[in-house]
Parts: sequence; structure tokens; C-alpha cells
Amino acid sequence: MIAHSRRGRLLAVAAVAALALGAAACGSDDSTGTASGGGSSAAAGPVTITLQTFGGGKNFGYKEAVDKWNAEHKDIQIKYDNLTDQFEQVYWPQMIQWLQSGAGAGDVVGIDEGGMGLAKAHPEWWADLGEFGLQNRKGDFAAWKWENGVTADGKLFGLGTDVGGMSLCYRRDLFEKAGLPSDRDEVSKLWPTWDDFIKVAHKFQDKIKDTKFVDGTNTLYNVVLVQEAAKNGNVSYFDKDNNLIVDKNPAVKTAYDFAQRISQEGLTAKLRNFTPEWNTGMKKSQFATLGCPSWMLGAVSGDGGAGPDFKGKWDVAAVPGDGGNWGGSWLAVPKQSKHPKEAAQVLDYLTGKEAEVSVFTYAGNMPSNIQAQQDPAVQGAKNEYFNDAPVGEIFAKSASALQPVFLGVKHAQVKNAIESVVSAIDDGSVPYADGWKKLVDDAVKAAG
Amino acid sequence: MSLHVDAGQPTRAPMPPNRKHVRSRPGRSFMTWLDLKAAPYLLVSPYYLLFLIFGLFPLGFTLYYSFFDYDLTGTVEWTGLGNYAAMLDDAAFWRAVVNTLAMFIIATVPQMLLALMLANALNKRIKAQLFVRLGVLLPLVTSVVAVAVVFTQLYGRDWGVINWVLGWFGVDPIDWKAERLPSWLAIATMIDWRWTGYNAIIFLAGMQTIPKDLYEAASIDGASRRRQFWQITIPMLRPTMIFVVLNSTIGGLTLFSEPTTFYNGNVHGGTNSQFQTVSMFIFEQGFREFDYGYASAAAWLLFLLILIGSAINFLLIRRIGGNK
Repeated sequence: MIAHSRRGRLLAVAAVAALALGAAACGSDDSTGTASGGGSSAAAGPVTITLQTFGGGKNFGYKEAVDKWNAEHKDIQIKYDNLTDQFEQVYWPQMIQWLQSGAGAGDVVGIDEGGMGLAKAHPEWWADLGEFGLQNRKGDFAAWKWENGVTADGKLFGLGTDVGGMSLCYRRDLFEKAGLPSDRDEVSKLWPTWDDFIKVAHKFQDKIKDTKFVDGTNTLYNVVLVQEAAKNGNVSYFDKDNNLIVDKNPAVKTAYDFAQRISQEGLTAKLRNFTPEWNTGMKKSQFATLGCPSWMLGAVSGDGGAGPDFKGKWDVAAVPGDGGNWGGSWLAVPKQSKHPKEAAQVLDYLTGKEAEVSVFTYAGNMPSNIQAQQDPAVQGAKNEYFNDAPVGEIFAKSASALQPVFLGVKHAQVKNAIESVVSAIDDGSVPYADGWKKLVDDAVKAAG
Repeated sequence: MSLHVDAGQPTRAPMPPNRKHVRSRPGRSFMTWLDLKAAPYLLVSPYYLLFLIFGLFPLGFTLYYSFFDYDLTGTVEWTGLGNYAAMLDDAAFWRAVVNTLAMFIIATVPQMLLALMLANALNKRIKAQLFVRLGVLLPLVTSVVAVAVVFTQLYGRDWGVINWVLGWFGVDPIDWKAERLPSWLAIATMIDWRWTGYNAIIFLAGMQTIPKDLYEAASIDGASRRRQFWQITIPMLRPTMIFVVLNSTIGGLTLFSEPTTFYNGNVHGGTNSQFQTVSMFIFEQGFREFDYGYASAAAWLLFLLILIGSAINFLLIRRIGGNK
């Protein structure tokens, strides 16, 4: 009997452990589960809305906005999960599985521009925000930002969070050390074109050996790509009929050639963005400049990035060449959400003027909400971390003039494949001579 | 030579008198049937039921969908053997096969030898025996993510400890994640660190079943310790070895976690798939590119690869100690 009861206890322990593991494995699921356990939203307990985003550093910048909401709304609590810093490789594939299988996705989820083509093509994944009165938000956004949140069959499913805009982040202390001007206006004047940029890079590199001028090929590749896309009909990897045009669009070749050039001329620290090595590289001053869409400011200043030790050492200058639009995201409510009404309320709040201003002042992501863009708190904003750079002025100026780049249904997959090749020529695993062919081949494969 | 005493008793035991009696009571007979015939099957059935649900069904399901052009985000179309034909022509797949086999060999051969030596050492009388034996298993308990964090730090290109130490001897920094062979070596050390102790414990268990008197007899005959190890331990350990080697073959050919975590959770296995294994390839095709049909076909080819690999290893291992 003793043996029996002991085994029973063991079994019980094992069962409890297995349950606990199961619960831990799907933590986000669990919280919505307990919330829905209370029955309808009218039930006594507060409704928990899970908000899922991605991104490095301060990512979507919702920390303060969410804290404020949670303090004011006892009945609806937001549980904020930033799942990963990698959109194409981790977040989006996982999200698509959740959406497809009907379980696992949060109540409000973030989608990067690269995923919007696919999201629009699947209206069945999303709750209709029009049902909750969000149709009236149309005046808050630029036409392209609004239209991208509407599915093929005309259903409103997503509202814009931020827009790209473009700048260049640089380390003013290192510029000074290299005998270059460090004031942001003078730095901006140093490089009207990318050729000038490379000249400055060589001047820098002649003086300073242990810090490279650029982080790696990937970041500037993307900056040049969106600039060039704007000159080539606002398309990058796909034309507007969703045909792959990687080998036909001169924008891609120009961007690739630029990436190859900075690598070949020894100007890169050979780091791929959003990897632990890249983060360490910032902390160890391995590179001095970085292509900075507004949201990148949060990635640099956050703890994962350069962190508080470098406060005031970074600054923001104009980007060589013309403006461009890299990035920007949307929020949507998956159909599987058990509390779509409350989720839509949260989404409404997070894309509203107040929250987008709060995101901007906290993390630096440029609001897509026009009222927020025009808010004095944004227009006059200075970023303390970046040596009080007038980021509001820098980004708001370009934000209103932004042209959207068309992104195909399989953009995220193709982008991921191409970025691997762009990084591979930098770390030497693909010879420069083979790089372009491999880029095209891999893109074709990823699109197929 | 012993004396047989025939006591004149019938050699066969008499039929139990109540046998007929039992048969006539259907309830009891059902219980006996249940006890003798059904109970064993009932007791093993949970495993087979689980295997049916989580093993056999996915296997069949995968086979079925390997004949389709199945895009999670789009269409499902029958292609017959199209996926397999494309796969045999896909350089990326073969690159993954080469990576997998290379890492398997680099990791497993030293691992087996190390585990054997470790088990032999643990088999001797030592202080704090249980403690030391359990200590060998500790690396296995560590989460693979923690292992990856430590090893990525060790193998960092710019700030890694190993490159730092190599620098003392004038060796240029090695880009462990960009160059193929170094990345294989780095991952092999991760695998060995985690699994050597595990295999050593299984070897040790095998060694403990070898009768002590064999060694005693060998000692009396003047065989050295070393000779005892090669002539007694190794041949007697053959069944255990077959198990360990087959286990490692399956584990090595389905390698996934170590190389994935080594590249920050990215299943591409380096910028140019330097260390992408077949499992990672399957994952990338299925869950990154959403090409489920193609991934299913790759999974079946991996299954074949494992069968072949296991068969080769089984034949090799069977020869161990065969000269006796």
C-alpha cells in the first residue's frame, strides 16, 4: 500500500508539473483564457486584452501608454507582450500560424508594413473594426496609411501606429575624435549624396581604426532601397500585380550595389541588425553611424541597444539622398479574439492622438496619426538621448510627404531571404561576385 | 553420475481437480482471461495510443501532404512527386544534408569515446560516487537556451573568449558563425557538452551488468586493466552501444535546437546556411516560407536518411568485439 500511495503522489506531482509546463508554454493564451473564464465581458472580473508586438529596444513604445490605460481602466486591463525583436523571422511566421489555426494570437496584434500585403489578402483572419465604430477614424490618417488597413473586400481591419521617415544616427563623440564636424546641421551638410557619405566614411576610417563607420550592410541597404523605390514607381520586390520584380527593379540593384560597396571598401563592422552581436556592437562602440527611421531611435536608446551609458553621445542628422519610408506598423484585432469589442477600444486608444504622442516622447516612433503629428509635443520634441536632437521637426517634416512603398503578399519572406544574402556578402560567406545572382535566386525561391 | 531415484510416482503432475470446475464459471474465466491475456495489452496500450495519435498519424499526414503544393497562406494543389523531384534538385536541401552529416560525425565520434572513458572512470570505486555520477548528468538538465547563450559568448567573433585565447597564440579572430567548418565545430562542442554525460550514464549502467567474476578471473590470469577494458568491457557492452549509437544517430540527424539557438533562433543557420541542418530546413520551408508540402517531403527524406544512417551504424557497431 505504501508503494501505491507513493506512486499516486508521484503521479499527482507529475500531472501538476505537466499542467504548469503547459500553462507556461502558452502564457499569452492562458491570460485570455482566464479572462474569458468569467463568461461575457459584462461579468464581474476585468477583461484582459493581450497586446502582442515585436521590435528591439523600446519597440512599439507602449509601456507608458499601457500603464496609463491600466491605471484608468479597471474593467479592461492590457497585458503587453513584446514577443521578439525579429518580425520576418520569428514574429510574423508565428502569428500566421496562430491566425490560421484559430488560437494563440493576442487580442490586439502589431503588424509591420512587410506583413500588410498578406494580412490584407486574408480578411477571414481579422475582426471588422467598422463594427465597433472605428470607421470614423478615417480623418486621422494619411490616405495610404488608412487604405493599407482595409482588406481586399473593403473591410477595415487595421489602424496605423507609426510611419518611417528617415534620418541617420551618428556618434558625435567619435566624429569629434575623427576631426569631423559633430554638430548635426554641419554633419547633414557633409553628405548630400551617398557618394559624399562614403567620402566622409573614409576620412573617418583613416583616423579611427577600431570603430567602423557603418554597422553592417543590411541597415543602409534598406535605407537606400526605400529611397530608390520612391524613384521607381514606389515598388520594391513586387509590382502592384504581385509579380516578383527583384531582378527588374533598378532600385534593388542600386541598393545592393551600395551595400556591396561599403562592405568591399571596409567601412562596415560586419554586424547584422537586430542580433545580439549588433546590440553588443553598440555597447562596445563598434560602429559610428546607422540608418535611422524614427522607430530605430528606440532600438538604439533602449536597454537592448546602446543603453543609458551612451546618452548624449548619439545624435540625429539628415540622411544622404532623398527621404524614404522604411517601416511603420499597424494594429489589428484577430477574429479569434474573445473580446473584440474591448480589443477594438484598446486599439482605438493606442492609435489615438494621446497614445501616439506618448509613444513618440517615450520611444521616438513617429506617429501616423495626423493630429498627433501636428501636436506641439511632437513638433517641438527634442530627444534627450540623442543630444536633444529636434526629432519632432526632423521626422514630422518628412512624415507628411511620405510616399508608401507597395509591398507584395510575400514581401516578408522575400525580404528575409534577401537580407540574409546582403549580410552574407558582408561576413564573407558569399563572395561579392556571386552575391547578386544568389540574391535573385533566393528571392525567387522565397516568393515561389 | 548422480543417483536417480525412481520412487514410482507418475512423472506428470496430476490435473488439478478443480480445473473443470473453473471453466464452468464464466465470470471467473473472464477475469482470468482479462488477467492473463488482456491486462498486458491494456497496460501497454497508453503508449501505443499516444504513438498512434502523436507518431503514426502525423507520419501519415505528412506523407499525404508531401504530394501537395500546400501553401499555408494560399492554395493546396496536388503535385504528385513534384516536391520530391524539386527537392533532389535543390542545392539548399543538399547543403543542409551535408551540414547535418558533418556535424553529426564531428560531434558523435569524440562523444562516444569520451562517454566510454567517462563511464569507465565512473565505474571504479571513487569517493562520493553517487554525487559524481549525477554530476555528469548536470549539463543535460541545463536549458538549451542557457547553453546557447554561454556558447555564443564563447564563440563570439569580436568579444568571444575563444578568439581572445587564440589571439594569445597569434591566431586571427575566427568568424565562428560565418565560416562553415568553424561553425560546425562550435556546434559540435555544444552538443558534446550536453550529451556526453547522458551517454556516459547509459554506458555505466551497461558496465554494471557485466559480471564481476569475469574481471576477477581475468585478473588472476594476469590481464592488465587496459586489456580487461578492451577484451571484456567493450564486447560485453555491445547491446548498450547499439542502443546509444542508434539513439545518437537519430538525435544527431534531427539536430535542431543547438544550431538554431546558436543563430539567435533563426532557422536559416547563418547568413549563407553555413550550419543549417535538415530539421532547420524543414522548419524554414514549412513555418517560415509556409511551403508545407515541400517541408513534408523534406521530412520524409530525413526519415529515410535516418533509416539509412541507423542501418549503417548498426552494422558497424555489431562488428565491435566480433573478433572474439
